[in-house]
Amino acid sequence: MKDMTNPGMIAFRKDLFADERDDRLNEVGKPTRRQDILGHVTGRSPFYDDHLFDGLTHLRCVRSPHHAARVRRIDTAEAARIPGVVRILTGADVPRNLNTLLSLLDFGIDDEPVLSTDRVRYRGEPVAAVIAETEAQARAAVKAVRVEWEPLPHVLDVEEAIRPGAPVVLDIYPGNRFVYHGKYDHQKLRYGDVEAAFGHADHIVEGRYQMSPIEQAPIETCGAIAAPEQNGRYVCYTSTQALFFSLGTAAKVLNLPSSRLHFIGGTVGGGFGGKVDSIHEPLAILGAMLTGRPVKYMWDREEEMQVGAPRGAERWYIKDGVMKDGRIVARRFTGFFDSGAYTRLSSYAVIKAAGHLPGPYTIPNVHADVYCVFTNRTPATAMRGFGITGVDFAIEAHMDKVAEVVGMNPVALRILNAYRDGDMKAHRRVAKNCALIECCQVVAEKAGVRLSPELLAMSSRRGGGGERGRLPAHTATDEAGRVEGFAAQGYARRGGPRPVEPPRQAAPGPAPVAASASRAADPRARGAAAPAAAGGGSMPPPAAPPEPPAPAPAPARPGSLRFSSISGFRRR
Amino acid sequence: MRPVTFTLNGAPRAAFAAEGQNLLDFLRRGVGDLSPKYGCGQGSCGACTVIVDGETRLACLMPAEDAAGRRVETAAGLDPQGRHPLQEAFMEHFAAQCGYCTPGMLMAARALLDRNPRPSRDEVIEAISGNLCRCTGYEPIIAAILSAAEARA
Repeated sequence: MKDMTNPGMIAFRKDLFADERDDRLNEVGKPTRRQDILGHVTGRSPFYDDHLFDGLTHLRCVRSPHHAARVRRIDTAEAARIPGVVRILTGADVPRNLNTLLSLLDFGIDDEPVLSTDRVRYRGEPVAAVIAETEAQARAAVKAVRVEWEPLPHVLDVEEAIRPGAPVVLDIYPGNRFVYHGKYDHQKLRYGDVEAAFGHADHIVEGRYQMSPIEQAPIETCGAIAAPEQNGRYVCYTSTQALFFSLGTAAKVLNLPSSRLHFIGGTVGGGFGGKVDSIHEPLAILGAMLTGRPVKYMWDREEEMQVGAPRGAERWYIKDGVMKDGRIVARRFTGFFDSGAYTRLSSYAVIKAAGHLPGPYTIPNVHADVYCVFTNRTPATAMRGFGITGVDFAIEAHMDKVAEVVGMNPVALRILNAYRDGDMKAHRRVAKNCALIECCQVVAEKAGVRLSPELLAMSSRRGGGGERGRLPAHTATDEAGRVEGFAAQGYARRGGPRPVEPPRQAAPGPAPVAASASRAADPRARGAAAPAAAGGGSMPPPAAPPEPPAPAPAPARPGSLRFSSISGFRRR
Repeated sequence: MRPVTFTLNGAPRAAFAAEGQNLLDFLRRGVGDLSPKYGCGQGSCGACTVIVDGETRLACLMPAEDAAGRRVETAAGLDPQGRHPLQEAFMEHFAAQCGYCTPGMLMAARALLDRNPRPSRDEVIEAISGNLCRCTGYEPIIAAILSAAEARA
């Protein structure tokens, strides 16, 4: 078999870290044939739309033309008279018409209706669904549904959305910010004291970075076909990337035991994160339940682009304190994720982003506030490294800017600041298996960038630890963004805890944080690896609130604790 | 409904086409050849590419009735065991990941090699320029088509 890669594009540098690796590998490093490729080249791979049913009906949605509006009335009478219309669904037909995608992981308050009954929060949000004999009839009936809209003020920019007086997107989040741990309206990372370090730095380098939303744009549009199985069960062929996620979501929304749902997937015509949201399965199954007919709910290309959840937009502000020799001594982030109108996966994206800061560099003082912001834009979701890619773009663009300010080669700047084995990271874990220095050296060689003998001699395995491995003696913490009225433990109770009193969110102070309630805290006093020590940190605290986890937790009873990258350590 | 008689992958076929039905829907629903795919319905992605009388056509934009009396070829008409040189080259070169664009891509490639057995790299790129692929980055597909041309020569 020939090399699948363009020769010269990929090189295996097995000379690096050779002693750390067992190279007696059977598959890694060798081209291999996909197990499903024969179906692909013969046109016989079974995508969801390749399942034929007699009497298949077609479901299409009635969508909001407004970014935000109240729904005064939905009149389906005329549409129901269109030939071929089998049934028209509205929110009243959905057994449990409120969900948040990560509720299966107990993360987030139910916030999104399947078919909205009273209010829409983004352009394209569905309020009714028509099921008809043919797609053309379904389209005609969609046009005939009369909706009386009362347009409402909307907000489309993350920083406008968090200003006092901005239109509130979701009533449960009055500040238009997701609430973490029931405590803060953002994710905090506090390590050392950036303000003090800025005072001693030779240069201050600031930057603002903006990413647009990106549509995953799979060639196969999202969709599902559901049909009664005549045994009390419903079969569902779906394009989902997350079969059991979609199964759980459908069971919840339809209020059915999952044993009554027979999900078939696994052949996905491109996903890239955009086929996680489990939008189609519940409606298709509901249609099959209410009509007794097979129902296909498939987005056309326009819907895929307009209402398909993209990688969310991000805006980052970075401020660095830098010494003349290129050492970065302090880095402060303020980040805004545009979640769009609903939570979907953005709350989790922010946790990933906060855990990724300050990038692969050893910086002794780091401060980050990262906000998951609701706006009246299309809800955002997963896409290839979401939560990481955007901030990495910001960080690396900023590194180039820093290099320019200090007059250093950008590759040299990265080598100088790179993590080395034994260094302490801002989230209080020791760096190991570092390789950035070696990557930079190889890149420089390939790009024809001349590095000094000192830089060429540097290694990720030498020079780390020691002073670089110690926690800061002092970490400045604060209570900015503290909220009240949300369930304090965990992320949400199933069914969505409503705030016991109208939640109060502090006036937003996104950019320079007024460290009004700033106080000193020695992280070591509360355990070296207590990420919650600085009031949130990049790792969420346990959902059930025991002591902050030790670095290597030894559960009292093996198996009684499980670790989730989303919710930390949890007791079963 | 009107009867449409045509040749599909070398065999005579007849089926009813609904008024205004496009060739893609007709092949998939009316005839049962599921190899052409719906990607956009507006002629911009190429997933529905078929060959009609030796020329590539976008099945989503062609009325089904226009296929009457003509020769239609789809990916299902290549070797069912994947032994056509293009199929072998696609498998060899990892030229498919999700596989959704593959049937259309194979038809575009086949029409190219039928009229130009030894295409240049630029000619390959030109031939598949109407076919979108979101997974591979195209390089493996180009390599596969060039290698199939070599194998057939």
